[in-house]
Amino acid sequence: MSSAGPKRDEWEGQVKALADRCPGVNPDDIIEIVEVVMKSISGDLSAVNMKLYAEIESLARFINKAKAEIAAMRPDEIKDEHLAAASDELEAIVGSTEQATNTIFEAIETIEALTPNMNSEMAETVTSAVTSVYEACGFQDITGQRITKVVKALQHIESNLGGLLEAFGQEFEGVAAAPKPSSKPKAEADRPDDHLMNGPQLPDEAISQADIDALLGFD
Amino acid sequence: MSAIDMNMPVLIVDDYKTMLRIIRNLLKQLGFNNVDEASDGAEALQRLRDKTYGLVISDWNMEPMSGLQLLEEVRADGKLKEMPFIMVTAESKTENVMAAKQAGVSNYIVKPFNAATLKTKLVSVLGNF
Repeated sequence: MSSAGPKRDEWEGQVKALADRCPGVNPDDIIEIVEVVMKSISGDLSAVNMKLYAEIESLARFINKAKAEIAAMRPDEIKDEHLAAASDELEAIVGSTEQATNTIFEAIETIEALTPNMNSEMAETVTSAVTSVYEACGFQDITGQRITKVVKALQHIESNLGGLLEAFGQEFEGVAAAPKPSSKPKAEADRPDDHLMNGPQLPDEAISQADIDALLGFD
Repeated sequence: MSAIDMNMPVLIVDDYKTMLRIIRNLLKQLGFNNVDEASDGAEALQRLRDKTYGLVISDWNMEPMSGLQLLEEVRADGKLKEMPFIMVTAESKTENVMAAKQAGVSNYIVKPFNAATLKTKLVSVLGNF
């Protein structure tokens, strides 16, 4: 019974007054019923509270276990070493494919420059082959854009990991407080068409040149 | 006989040097030898205001100014608004195509593309050559 509620002698008096107004009703019966009801309510509240406490305790155990597992993964190392290294490697891939593509260009442009010295049939064949090489060299642009998307995804993970480390604070021994998640580069954030920067699509998500022509109504 | 001036200046815009080189070489094979390059929309816009061009072939995804922003600037400029403008991009979602159309793109080529597609689009925009 709450301390803010009426005291027993007060409500017993009220019950007796009620019995006086209603002859034939035994006040002791009413008091007994009220006491049974109040005991019942008190018991229900305790059960609810106990269940709630148990759930909270279980949740706390789960969080502590998760924190321990996350700490064992050394998120500081993942953030500062592995993700950074992965980004560097991917950027190196873009650089090396660009360099290789330039070498291919040098060679193929040299071959193309020789076509005026060839007879027309040979020149046509060589020009056609050279064109195919030019077209194929487009891979560097496409793979470069795809890799850039992956690098941005890694940077996003890195930022979120930084936020996680910051949230756990000193609970991760040896884990320095991480800087706040970085926002997008200013130039990118300022672009009004940023929401349209989807990059190359996977084959089953892209629409074809024919679909685009149909959408635009162009030839 | 060509219906267009094959010596007209063409501006190609892309932040990937490889793609600039591909388009330049393919244009050269088609007979366009007067080709200038820019690496983003802002540089391209400056070039367009400094020199008279007959065609712009631009990528979309560039920083700090994208190809779509360049297109919008071109269409809003009294002297440049009639400029033929072909978007060559890996952005191949319907929403991208429709945004480019709404901005007034002359034609749209999705990467990777081949020489035949480039020629078809050039003929569509400029006429036979």
